[in-house]
Amino acid sequence: MSETGHEDAETRGPGDAAKVSILEIFLTFLAIGATSFGGGVVAYLRSSLVTKKQWLDDEGFLAALEISQALPGLNATNMSVIVGDRLRGLPGAVAGFVGITLPGALLVFVLGLFYATNASNPWVNAALKGVGAASVGLLLAVTLQIGHKQLEHRLDVALVALTLVLVSFIHVPLAYVLLTVGPLAIFLYRPHPARPLQPDRSGLDKRPAD
Amino acid sequence: MKLLQILGVFSLLSVLAIGGGTAVLPEMKELTVGTMGWVTDAQFRDIYAIGQLAPGPNMLMVIVIGYKVAGIAGALAAFAGFFAPACAIAIVCSRIWNRFEGSPWRLAIQRGMAPIVVGLMLAGTIAIARTAIVGKDSEICLAFAAVVFIALYFGKKMNPALLILAGALLGLVFLR
Repeated sequence: MSETGHEDAETRGPGDAAKVSILEIFLTFLAIGATSFGGGVVAYLRSSLVTKKQWLDDEGFLAALEISQALPGLNATNMSVIVGDRLRGLPGAVAGFVGITLPGALLVFVLGLFYATNASNPWVNAALKGVGAASVGLLLAVTLQIGHKQLEHRLDVALVALTLVLVSFIHVPLAYVLLTVGPLAIFLYRPHPARPLQPDRSGLDKRPAD
Repeated sequence: MKLLQILGVFSLLSVLAIGGGTAVLPEMKELTVGTMGWVTDAQFRDIYAIGQLAPGPNMLMVIVIGYKVAGIAGALAAFAGFFAPACAIAIVCSRIWNRFEGSPWRLAIQRGMAPIVVGLMLAGTIAIARTAIVGKDSEICLAFAAVVFIALYFGKKMNPALLILAGALLGLVFLR
């Protein structure tokens, strides 16, 4: 804890975080990484980190989730390094990351080996085609669950549509989209004394795809 | 040379992945299928599907793309490239984030980026749909996708993993 300089109450859980060992961080995230199937990893993280381990309280969890969502990278891996870092500094971050990715990475690698030698097997293709089709439904459901609030305001709908058209139909490279639409959107929502923004603390019911 | 290319492409994707894995799928497809020609449309769909079968973080599919290009070293390069930059950024930013506690710009950034992330996730959905719902079976695939969407969006607490597995089984029956 001391080496990260994060002693603020927001990130300290009710438990005594200073006593958490690197091995315990690794094993905790390993369990999350091995059991969180089909997305929705945020729910698994919360149940483990807040409810069972009490490394974070709800406020601290949402604060970490807020950072994870604002930065590049997957929520799951960002959460693993941020929480690991807060508990035990850099070694904790590495333990958290390796733990949460190891089970899935090994399985994907083994499946990938199998796929590489059976890429033209009709049974393999048929099963993966079915998974691909089901994934489209899953992705759309997750996107709308996260985004339904964004689709209620005209300005938001315009920004959603602009981004979608630039990326999917005009095929503008993502870097340019982020560097143009991003500042534009932030400017449109710039701080204004007449209409203060409310913090969006709805992270708990979100089910991000990763 | 190949390894450096893999590292470069996935590092770029890593720093661009604002809004998570789904948001960066169109760019990943553009770069790996289009620009680099490492995999075909159908392989991209297959590899994405393989990623969906594994627990843990989404997007572990990058390992399979790397493996296909340059074997085990390629798999490691893709994994490191895709995760190391974003993780490093996350650690640094989370250490300094609380200095901006209460800054109205923090909320403005969150508020402004939210619709962009939703747009990017829709684009990611479309990118997968364009590889997964094609060809002679496209009607059956579209029906699968619709059933899964309805079950997850309107159903209560349906486990997505079961629907993904059901997709594999139905594929074996209907899509051979």
